Amino acid sequence: MATTISINGQKHTIDADGDTPLLWVLRDILGMTGTKFGCGMALCGACTVHVDGVATRSCITPLDSVGTSEITTIEAIGATPAGAKIQKAWLDHEVVQCGYCQSGQIMSATALLAGNSHPTDADIDDAMSGNICRCGTYLRIREAIKQAAQSS
Amino acid sequence: MTNDHLTSETTTLDSRSSTASLSRRKFLQVGAAVGGGLLLSLRLGFGTDAAALAADGDEFAPNAFIRIGSDGQVVLVMPYVEMGQGTYTSIPMLIAEELEVDLPQVRLEHAPPNEKLYGNPALGGVQATGNSSAIRAAWLPLRQAGATARTMLIAAAAQHWNVAASSCSAKGGQVLHEETGRRIPYGELVAAAAHMPVPEHVELKRPDQFTLIGTPAKRLDAPAKVNGTAIYGIDARPPGVKIATLAQSPVFGGKVKSVDDAAAKAVNGVRQIVRLDDAVAVVADHMGAAKKGLAALAIEWDDGPHAAVDMQTIVNELEAATRNAGAVAQNIGDVDKALAGAATKVEAEYQLPFLAHATMEPMNCTAHVRKDGCEIWVGNQALARAQAAAATTAGLPLDKVVVHNHLIGGGFGRRLEADGVIRAVEIAKHVDGPVKVVWTREEDIQHDMYRPYWYDRLSAGLDDKGAPVAWNNRFAGSSVSARWAPPFFRNGLDPDTTEGAINLLYALPNFHVEYVQKEPPGIPTAFWRSVGPSHNVFVTESFMDELAAAAKQDPVAYRLALLDRSPRGKAVLALAAEKAGWGQKLPERTGRGVSLQFVFATYMAHVAEVEVADDGTVRVRRVVCAVDCGTVVNPDTVRAQIQSAINFGITAALYGKITLANGRVEQTNFDTYQMLRMNEVPAIEVHIVQNTESPGGMGECGTSAIVPAVANAVFAATGKRLRKMPIDPTELKRQG
Repeated sequence: MATTISINGQKHTIDADGDTPLLWVLRDILGMTGTKFGCGMALCGACTVHVDGVATRSCITPLDSVGTSEITTIEAIGATPAGAKIQKAWLDHEVVQCGYCQSGQIMSATALLAGNSHPTDADIDDAMSGNICRCGTYLRIREAIKQAAQSS
Repeated sequence: MTNDHLTSETTTLDSRSSTASLSRRKFLQVGAAVGGGLLLSLRLGFGTDAAALAADGDEFAPNAFIRIGSDGQVVLVMPYVEMGQGTYTSIPMLIAEELEVDLPQVRLEHAPPNEKLYGNPALGGVQATGNSSAIRAAWLPLRQAGATARTMLIAAAAQHWNVAASSCSAKGGQVLHEETGRRIPYGELVAAAAHMPVPEHVELKRPDQFTLIGTPAKRLDAPAKVNGTAIYGIDARPPGVKIATLAQSPVFGGKVKSVDDAAAKAVNGVRQIVRLDDAVAVVADHMGAAKKGLAALAIEWDDGPHAAVDMQTIVNELEAATRNAGAVAQNIGDVDKALAGAATKVEAEYQLPFLAHATMEPMNCTAHVRKDGCEIWVGNQALARAQAAAATTAGLPLDKVVVHNHLIGGGFGRRLEADGVIRAVEIAKHVDGPVKVVWTREEDIQHDMYRPYWYDRLSAGLDDKGAPVAWNNRFAGSSVSARWAPPFFRNGLDPDTTEGAINLLYALPNFHVEYVQKEPPGIPTAFWRSVGPSHNVFVTESFMDELAAAAKQDPVAYRLALLDRSPRGKAVLALAAEKAGWGQKLPERTGRGVSLQFVFATYMAHVAEVEVADDGTVRVRRVVCAVDCGTVVNPDTVRAQIQSAINFGITAALYGKITLANGRVEQTNFDTYQMLRMNEVPAIEVHIVQNTESPGGMGECGTSAIVPAVANAVFAATGKRLRKMPIDPTELKRQG
């Protein structure tokens, strides 16, 4: 069954079961591999995308639930004001190590900053605790979010 | 991947000079590169004195290559892989420093798999990245190579200008003649430089002359990792690739008895079911269909000989093993005699659990097997192993296997193994075209190769002043080296399994350590970040804390009194204690704990501050680290690696535990195998001791050091001694 969804401003018609998680539509069908697979159960946040600006775990988001919502992925997040600030802060603070979880971290952080231009530590904990980083870059993520907020 | 460097016309030193220095000749040769340019072939390894090199044999066996092209670009081909530890940034700094080029002028190329060429001498000759060895092995050879090339480039320019070489200097990838202001870029000099005499001795910069080493260079891999363009193994997409996922026998060593795949085949997008002896894979158009197909399979397993294995069996076997004599790893003085005469005796048994690696990128490998060849796409720490495993599994000669190596979404030791490659090739043999085999998180955790379970039995004797006069330690567990690098396992011992248990910094006049190799039934074991010390430092530093408590002395003061022969160890301990405010009063059920270690050639002390809630939950609030890793190449990488390693270790201390029941691993995903998260992370301070000693390793130290510091802090907060990891909050509930 074909479903049409909008990703990063572009319409895509997908021929897959409606219960197919958005993650695999992005990675395997469309070849957009910036969004990562980590757990498949919304436990780690590696697959985070934005659905109408809301940070969403694509590994448990069925294709047929997307409807007319706009999907934004790591490939296009730099084109948003909050995304650009977050990416710059990530580079300034040398956040990444292995880097595998960072797409999801950046998507969660961007959603936080877009909705809250001056997040407190507690706000950062709330928004980011669903994203696991096995390299343990959390301290730098926190500092980077604060820097991005200051430049808002 | 270009192999030009392997076919270049290197001119060996022998053809130029009969007075060649043996030492230099055996780690560095210089000549013209094919296609123009200057080529340096060099050998990275430990030990740079003549004796160490002589021990390697007479033959020159280069394992790294530096090519300076006619465009001035410097390409370094070397066997280390980037897995987040910053090696691709810090290694080019070494060569850029002496060669006098800007860092962006150095490009790093990963060596193709070839164990003969690129075997890591620190890892038993296996072409691998691990054991925090890269900087240590590259420190002298790369700088010497850079200085040699610089000297030859200057000589070529001096000849061209007909001036004395001593009147020329090099900077920013150019040779300058200061008197006349003339300058020539390296690219225009390389052809002539290749024919200049190779200097026998080059003067390396003094540390106070470094302009790059010791500065916080930006990571070269960062931009692609923040915009989604970085390609990890799991992102490989050769044309026509199918996606597969798999179920492996839930009991190690079990087999498939029967498979009903009718429902799986009916899933939209499922193409094929592949049945192996001990696993079943579903091949599909995408992972969504593959997972759905896997869930629809009805598999019956023959559990095999390990169906009844549980933790009690494993722990009992290890406990029993510590009652038998083992291989003596180190003996000083006479422990039995000293124990018999001691004023106080302290005894303790410690246990450490199996641990999974849980890299964020689940295990995966893409393989395409044809009659006449095989290609694999993977991120692996030991490329030549991956290639050999693929060749054996595919039944092809080594040279018919092409390996495309990709970024690694977390290694921590997991990707030193080739089991994922073998699986992918086994499956690909049944599939027409390339297939990407992606493990679910559940498979990744339940079919990891685990950090071994350890059981340690210790006893010590104190004199009437509380000072230790005897230290006796016998421990049992798996030797990963015995399987992974057999030449390292000799007479029942290997250097990794005992690192951190022997050669302690402390003055212990009567000291005896034995190791009993005991492999768990059917359970595969592997290296895990901070390897041997991940076990030994926990035990050693916990027990040292017990001795201080038995002597009714302060844990820091007690250790300091034993460190007169180790000024560097003493200095980091004193520094960490001072910066942490050691001795200052803390609220109830809050405490500080300390640890000190010398492993991976780096001295490190941690002070952890923990808070224990009434329900027994432990929160690590703050960690102060003092480190002496000799010369610091990239201070920001040092800080990043320590922060990372501390959080990795705290995860293990609070949550890390793989258990088996009925032969099956009980943990499945991040709900049952938890990771430290943003809201749980402590403040971390890193204090670096500046000196000019050779660099020590950095990727792993923080992990082994933090676990005992946390356990000792819990003791300070609650009076409860933790002898078994991970921490069990039910034991720490407030009484009454």
